[in-house]
Amino acid sequence: MPARIIQANEAPFQTVPVDPVTLDIIENALRNARIEMDATLVRTAMSPGIREQGDAFPLIADHQGRMIVGQFGSYIGPFLEGFDGTVEDGDLIFLSDPYSVGGAISHSNDWLVLLPVFKGGRLIAYTSMFGHQSDIGGMVPGSMPIHATEIFQEGVRIPPVKIWKRGEYNEDLIKLVMHQSRTPDWCKADLNALIASCRVAAHRVVEMVERFGDDMFVSATDMLLERNHRAMKHLIETSIGEEKVTFEDYICDDGMGYGPYRIKCTMWRENGRVVLDFAGTDPQSKASINMLLNENMMRMFFGIYMIMIFDPQILFNDGYYDLIDVRIPEGSLLKPKFPAALSGRTHVLGRLFDILGGLLGQKTPEFLNAAGFSSSPHLFYAGHDKAGKWFQLFQIGFGGIPGRPLGDGPDGHSLFPGFTNVPNEFLERYFPLEIVRYETVADSGGAGLHRGGNGINMVYRFLEPGVIAIHDDRWFVPPWGVNGGLPGKRARKILTKADGSKIVVGNKLEDYPVEAGDELQFITWGGGGWGDPLDRDPALLAKELKQGLVTAEGARDYGVVLVDGAVDDGATEALRAKLRDERGDVGVFNFGPDIETLRANCLAETGLPAPTAPQWDAASNGVLAQAAE
Amino acid sequence: MTYRLGVDVGGTFTDLLLFNQDNGEFWRHKTPSTPHDSSEGILNGVTAVCEKGGIAPSDVEFFLHGTTVATNAVLEGKGARVGLITTDGYRQVMQIARSFVPGGLAGWIVWPKPEPLAALEDTFEIKGRMNARGEETVAIDEAQIRTALEALKASGVEALTVALINAYLNGAHEQRVAELAAEIMPEVPISLSHLVLPEMQEYERTLTTVANAAVRPVVGKYVRNLRDRLRGAGMAGSLSLLRSDGGLMSSEKSEEHPVSLLMSGPAGGVTGAIWVGRNAGIRNILTLDVGGTSTDVALIEDLEARRQRTTEVGHLSVRASALDVKTVGAGGGSIAYVPELTKALRVGPQSAGAVPGPVAYGKGGTLPTVTDANVVLGYLPENLLGGTFKLDREGAKKSVQTIADALGIGLMEAARGIIDIVNENMFGALRMISVQQGYDPRDFAVMGFGGAGPLHVNAVARLMGSWPAVSPVSPGVLCALGDATTRMRTETARSFSQRVADTSEADVLALLEEMAQQTRAELAAEGIAEADITSQFELDVRYEGQAFEVPLSIDPDTLRADGLKGVTARFDAEHLRLFTFNMDSAHELVNLRAVAMGPALELPSPPLEQGDGDPIRAKLRDHELWSGSAMEPAVIYDRAKLRAGDVIPGPAVVTEMDSTTLIEADCVGTVDHAGNILINLA
Repeated sequence: MPARIIQANEAPFQTVPVDPVTLDIIENALRNARIEMDATLVRTAMSPGIREQGDAFPLIADHQGRMIVGQFGSYIGPFLEGFDGTVEDGDLIFLSDPYSVGGAISHSNDWLVLLPVFKGGRLIAYTSMFGHQSDIGGMVPGSMPIHATEIFQEGVRIPPVKIWKRGEYNEDLIKLVMHQSRTPDWCKADLNALIASCRVAAHRVVEMVERFGDDMFVSATDMLLERNHRAMKHLIETSIGEEKVTFEDYICDDGMGYGPYRIKCTMWRENGRVVLDFAGTDPQSKASINMLLNENMMRMFFGIYMIMIFDPQILFNDGYYDLIDVRIPEGSLLKPKFPAALSGRTHVLGRLFDILGGLLGQKTPEFLNAAGFSSSPHLFYAGHDKAGKWFQLFQIGFGGIPGRPLGDGPDGHSLFPGFTNVPNEFLERYFPLEIVRYETVADSGGAGLHRGGNGINMVYRFLEPGVIAIHDDRWFVPPWGVNGGLPGKRARKILTKADGSKIVVGNKLEDYPVEAGDELQFITWGGGGWGDPLDRDPALLAKELKQGLVTAEGARDYGVVLVDGAVDDGATEALRAKLRDERGDVGVFNFGPDIETLRANCLAETGLPAPTAPQWDAASNGVLAQAAE
Repeated sequence: MTYRLGVDVGGTFTDLLLFNQDNGEFWRHKTPSTPHDSSEGILNGVTAVCEKGGIAPSDVEFFLHGTTVATNAVLEGKGARVGLITTDGYRQVMQIARSFVPGGLAGWIVWPKPEPLAALEDTFEIKGRMNARGEETVAIDEAQIRTALEALKASGVEALTVALINAYLNGAHEQRVAELAAEIMPEVPISLSHLVLPEMQEYERTLTTVANAAVRPVVGKYVRNLRDRLRGAGMAGSLSLLRSDGGLMSSEKSEEHPVSLLMSGPAGGVTGAIWVGRNAGIRNILTLDVGGTSTDVALIEDLEARRQRTTEVGHLSVRASALDVKTVGAGGGSIAYVPELTKALRVGPQSAGAVPGPVAYGKGGTLPTVTDANVVLGYLPENLLGGTFKLDREGAKKSVQTIADALGIGLMEAARGIIDIVNENMFGALRMISVQQGYDPRDFAVMGFGGAGPLHVNAVARLMGSWPAVSPVSPGVLCALGDATTRMRTETARSFSQRVADTSEADVLALLEEMAQQTRAELAAEGIAEADITSQFELDVRYEGQAFEVPLSIDPDTLRADGLKGVTARFDAEHLRLFTFNMDSAHELVNLRAVAMGPALELPSPPLEQGDGDPIRAKLRDHELWSGSAMEPAVIYDRAKLRAGDVIPGPAVVTEMDSTTLIEADCVGTVDHAGNILINLA
């Protein structure tokens, strides 16, 4: 039963003409309102995840719930479809259960608030924001147990409920929810911040409506959606072919010893629409790496990659969604069945961007970027300090940006929008740890005419005993290179005990005990290379050797011989000729060794046993597994 | 007679304003800038303006100067080559920066990463470590430091920066490196992070220190050269530079701490606006400084400009106090275009700049700009005052017609659309500093200055609901006016990072007093009498765990009387105003600052002769301009002939040497006693 919208004034909005200048002014004002949401959130939130790293996403939608500004596409439509309740003036809706919004938020850590904006008794817009909470209870600190097998193990699940119901605050509800968290102060502050952001945006919308009039505002948002539709239609016709293109990539493992998991997507144009078909994607995992992928979110991702290049000033909205047909097999890694665990979905989310890049760029290599999305690698560290006080760190790491048509991938930067690192002096001041080293790893970016960015080596020295958890990927299947570029180096994690002994630990690790004095090397992946490394200016390699970004050994991947820091021209020429000769023609993609070879060499190369190919439960997933072949 | 001389060097013109401190009389002069050596243009101007005032340069007691020399060094990458010494394991602190990639999802595809201000090959690591309590956990190794310094010396760096982890708590290691550097490379200036910015956050502290080091040689050379030239011309008075935060500092201090000069240029306009506001009796002002490529806006509340703790220059965000000036890429030269794909009308941020400039200037520009739209609409008359310069209205029309065609609308509608959009962009920037900071714009006036500010100020005031719209006297040289009329200022800051509840009030006060003494001594060393120095404290407070601090300014007496309780109460009120809620969480005292200021000057503006209310004597000719639906009759006036009390009905255009004021149809402009035009709804 869909939600019932209760309005004191049921008069429908009239469509009125909007001149192009007014339209642009409204578009710009909405964009500013969205920026203001971000600013409000960052200033008032408390958890490092949101305030330092910006792990939160705002949205302003029209009165039908279609996103006008935002990043991840609107979930309001699916929400209204499934919400058995009313939407009224003075309500503020709160939820975190991915299964209640078709995956528009993709794990229970993301708390979402939705504020219907009324004016003159009529629903005129929605503002909404969701943000990652540091801890929502469940079986591990941080609430993202990689080894969870059901969503019930991943902390409090909030179905759509009202914090404010017709202007009345439900304090008991908040008490109940906060009682589930190990970090209630952070959660309270962050929830306050999300709400404050939505309220700020709602004020702005009402001001705008007062300035331009109800009908003008609504007509303008219709036109903005329409403008977007038109632009995307044109883009699709000119850049997507009717011939099918396919791309596949992998999630290395599920943290339970199985992997890799394949994600496959086929794209083609049909009757003016684009089809994105994920048939051939592996079935859902028993662990928590599943991602309940919302179709609108996928449409949004697709659109952003398309439009970005042609008119970066355009405002992304939901206007073009009917031009994109997203098909996801039920019971797959991308559409798991309830109550599958979802908390570790970040790896799949990241991989989708690499896949999208690989799909779109196949026919237009000039727009093709190499691979570089691992995920957002996470580190958790929790325990009690000497004073008996609970500490809990959740930190997002960064790796190498892929080589790009534009140039080298930056070293140690964020692929996700708006993320920043946490200052190490801040970490040392507020957590019992020292950051011994914080540097990028020489040679870890894939060689290329434009090399991939280097991954980061961040060395934590823990000053108190506690437990750590790690979520990272791209440790088994490397980030691929393109147009002749080589793959980037893989992620790894090494723990050095006080006695000097070293332990290679998994890249998906839960509840691992550490002692005071232990040092963890948290090493992330490098971006893939772009273009032929044998064409890179040798002088650049000499410079980067001096900068510590490549080694003399690594320079050989570019066919460059460095002797005492200087380029040996003759030897370089000879080596380049030899390498050219040996490798033959280069393809568009360089994935590195195939999966079986990776498996065979895994222990020797990574220090970790190879993951076992996942086994599908014939009873529930047999049909799908077959379909996938 | 005491004379103050304000000098603002812009890209095209050097503006000078000679001010008689005793009676407020002033003379202004504009002379072409001389980018190869600014002092040349300045000297030309000094000679000319002193002649106008009938004095000799030796009569000038205070030479006060706003400069973009530091800004340009950063923006154009012409700073010194900086060597950087970091803690072991942190060599790539500038390379990794904050890992932030701008531009939203997929923004990384098109982001050109800027090169670090200190090159990685000129960055060396040294052993030694302080922990987060400022205790040494690993000792330094002097032999290793010497090796690093020798290598830097050999590489030819022009400036040295030392920025070590946790040095904001204990600068002993940095100090020792400096001592060794003074031995090994005595000719190279050294910047230490714990002195330049004793605050937490290694990247920001390192960047700020490196930025300081990078501009030091450039600024030092500039200042010494200017000082020599001025002395050579017989000027014996003091030479001070305008800081980003709107205060003045001696030229000697600015050589050591040039990072405080990065926003010196825009700060001049804001301090000028404060002077105008004080004399016009307007205490709350939004400033609108419209230049060729961009517009700067700032908020002045009760004649105090809002300050912030960061200075944004290009892609760099440096930690140094600055007036809270927001810049948008919307100015007279902003180019209008219609992207094929979306058919939307966009204005800027691309700009035609000074060359080729707007089409109407006839210097080769072909793309329609905001100035061209103003010409088409009649807001900018083609015959500017004096008739030396005629605008090409036909050319402007032709270029704007391309926009009209792309949008399928009329020429005038397209021109008006361009103006509406650019006004909207300015409106957006003004909202950021007012509404979004919890201020009600209806409590403020808007003051437009710079070449094009007075053209847009009426429309922007209407959007904001901020009246009156003010076209100040001499809008084209307001920056120089600001340089001439502000006061000396210095400050020092410390990281504190403690819960208020766990803090001894006596300790905080003692620390602040110590910092106050330090800043007062600095001003005393500049020759300011102890009795003329005012101290102010600033405390940054937040709820424990927040990333954003609210800076609270408080005078020492109030702090002693109300204690920290008074501070947290003020924080709660401010937080509520900014963010609409308060919390039960503990308050954290994050940073402490002490500010010392020189004497505030009571500088009156000279009164303008009283008229009879009728501006007819100033009328140049009849004119017509676009009202929104048709061309309407209007009148052009000569500003120099207006008298106090004149009432100018809109639509009207008021022209002067370097600026044009537009009064819209349903508005009326009144000339006040000082010559400012105050525009209100009729």
